[in-house]
Amino acid sequence: MNRLRKQTLLILAVVAACLLGIVGVPATPTAWRDNFRRNIHLGLDLRGGVSFILRVKTEDVPNARQSDVVEQTRRVLERRINAFGLSESQVQAYGSRGNELLVQLPDVRDPARIRQALASPTVLEWYRVESGPYASANEAKAQHGGILPWGTRLFPTQPAGADKEGGAWYLVTGAPVIRGSDLRDARVSSNGMSLPVTTFSLSQEAAARFETYTRANLGKRAAIVLDGRILSVPVIEDVIRDSGQIRGARSLEEAQDLAVNLRSGALPAAVEVIQERTVEPSLGADSIRHGTRAAAAGLAAVVVAMLVYYRWAGANATLALALNGVLLLAALSWCGAVLTLPGIAGVVLTIGMAVDSNVLIFERIREELRAGKTAAGAIAAGFSRAFGTLVDTHVTTVVSCAFLFLFGTPAVRGFAVTLVIGLVTNLFTSVFVSRVAFDWELSRQRAPATLSI
Amino acid sequence: MELLKDTHFDFLGRQRLFIGASLLLTVAGIASLIIKGGPRFGIDFLGGAVMDVQWTGTAPVADIRAELTSQLPDVSVVGAHDISGSNEMFISTRVEKQSDLDSVRQTIEDALARTGGAYSVRSFEAIGPQIGSDLRKQAVLATASASAGMLAYLAWRFRWIYGVAAVVAVIHDTLITVGLFSLANKEISLTVVAALLTLIGYSMNDTIVVFDRIRENRRRMVHEPLRKVVNLSINQTLSRTALSSGLTLLTALSLLCFGGLVLHGFSFALVTGIIVGTYSSIFVASPILVAWERWAGGAR
Repeated sequence: MNRLRKQTLLILAVVAACLLGIVGVPATPTAWRDNFRRNIHLGLDLRGGVSFILRVKTEDVPNARQSDVVEQTRRVLERRINAFGLSESQVQAYGSRGNELLVQLPDVRDPARIRQALASPTVLEWYRVESGPYASANEAKAQHGGILPWGTRLFPTQPAGADKEGGAWYLVTGAPVIRGSDLRDARVSSNGMSLPVTTFSLSQEAAARFETYTRANLGKRAAIVLDGRILSVPVIEDVIRDSGQIRGARSLEEAQDLAVNLRSGALPAAVEVIQERTVEPSLGADSIRHGTRAAAAGLAAVVVAMLVYYRWAGANATLALALNGVLLLAALSWCGAVLTLPGIAGVVLTIGMAVDSNVLIFERIREELRAGKTAAGAIAAGFSRAFGTLVDTHVTTVVSCAFLFLFGTPAVRGFAVTLVIGLVTNLFTSVFVSRVAFDWELSRQRAPATLSI
Repeated sequence: MELLKDTHFDFLGRQRLFIGASLLLTVAGIASLIIKGGPRFGIDFLGGAVMDVQWTGTAPVADIRAELTSQLPDVSVVGAHDISGSNEMFISTRVEKQSDLDSVRQTIEDALARTGGAYSVRSFEAIGPQIGSDLRKQAVLATASASAGMLAYLAWRFRWIYGVAAVVAVIHDTLITVGLFSLANKEISLTVVAALLTLIGYSMNDTIVVFDRIRENRRRMVHEPLRKVVNLSINQTLSRTALSSGLTLLTALSLLCFGGLVLHGFSFALVTGIIVGTYSSIFVASPILVAWERWAGGAR
């Protein structure tokens, strides 16, 4: 009797702790809902959002430095999306190749712009213009007798690969005067009617270099080159010390994105988007609604069937199932695990195995009763015999989950993690809690007790 | 209430019939796979893009298809009406070159804009060809290693032939389900792989319950032939097998009916998998044990 009380108290304590973990102590009637939302982390496929997988092109980087370059790229990208003011966004290493990054952004409206901003290398350079404009690269070469003078380079005003007609080419001196890494800050300033401009300020050392250069080249032209394309060809009208302007943006957004990318620095290596995924929040909400409806219908059917088939013991199983749900949610919340659609598959399998555990135990108890054992004896034998089977089924599944986690994609990992958590909570509820419930049923009767099963 | 109490079916007596049925399904599935050149992978595994567009009013499926077929490779435009009556349309296309990945969304959206109508893009996914083939390899590696792990555990807990029998049953289930997907011309996507993993879990669970009982009965009935022990064990666990599988099937069916389009492939795989998985633990895994014993006994 005393032991039974203690066990019941333990169960109540565990349940209370779990509820606390899931919904907290609701201060107001609606607070529990907010707490629930905060504690259960939903994946992007359920809450809506954008995710990208980027590949850092590390082919040209020596092997020893590859992980450094990927990590630097990760930091730059993180600064970029933070500068966009997107909270809860993250950039993390992805996959097993070591050069892929996963970018996750909740609730984004304009994935095309983010994608552009992420993948643009943003190498800013400031060159001295030697001559130009030329109508084409060939014409520029022809003017210099077929080959470019030593130490000079050609840049177009059109992006590479775009329509070659209509652009202009300039011949510039080889080494850039300033690079993006010399910048200290970059902001957008819009001066009234004209197009927006991005203003930048330079680091101390670069400022000194820039002052010397502008003083020597007053009245001459400079080329501001971004990612291999000339943005503008301003004439140096004054000695510039530590700040300047970049014109040539076609919209305010473009100027803003440029400022953001200049602030966060150039990417140490080129990146390409190898996967993009956008899920509207409404679709995620639909998935949740459908999933909940399906789970509710399925569970209701299971509960009714258990009650009809096992009578009171069915109520016992329902209790175990409900507690299993609470425990599973709490465990997910404590681990900080993210619930995704494949994770829900894990939950479905857990529910199936939880029902199965109860059925297994109950059938065994019935067998023992048929064999002529007393109620108490049948319960003891039923649980201990079924326990051996349960250990085998559960451990086998845990073993397979370990491999799924080791070799699986992130989606498969989510499945494995939810499943393992569910199996552990299931052993607790269907073996321990259910046993305590049976013991209560026995303790309330005088010998010889009977079972409703 | 009790069903299937104290049954004495001779499961192994009719094993030829059941093994024949299994073989028939497996062969039909494999044949379909061979004829169609492998399973029909979703774009997650091939590289490509898929867009889910919701329309107010009827979705102009034919117009969009006509518009896009000339511009993109392997375009498929499918209208879908779920129970809630929404008009959704899935547009998918292959992306064969990494460089095409950047423009595919714009191409589809342009076609939508030209067709006109009130629509909203609910989801969009584009996967490069490289990552697709990576995912495929990873899914196979994960499933194969998980099966090997289970085999090793069962071999250690029982005997190695038990592990082999259970894994053969699981392979049988996976083959039949993938074969059915191929016959029904349904796509294997990442979610379907999650469902395959789930059904492997169920099937294994079922098989172990029977094996556990066989092991227990063998200890009590040392002098009985294995065939009799196996038959008795299947009969003893029959009511639990029927009830558990029935209830899980119920859950899977409700997922198929109410789970919505996103979960459709998942639920379909689960429903077939539960049926085949239950069947295989009785009619595939257990006969293997008996057949092995007989062969090994005869060889000795």
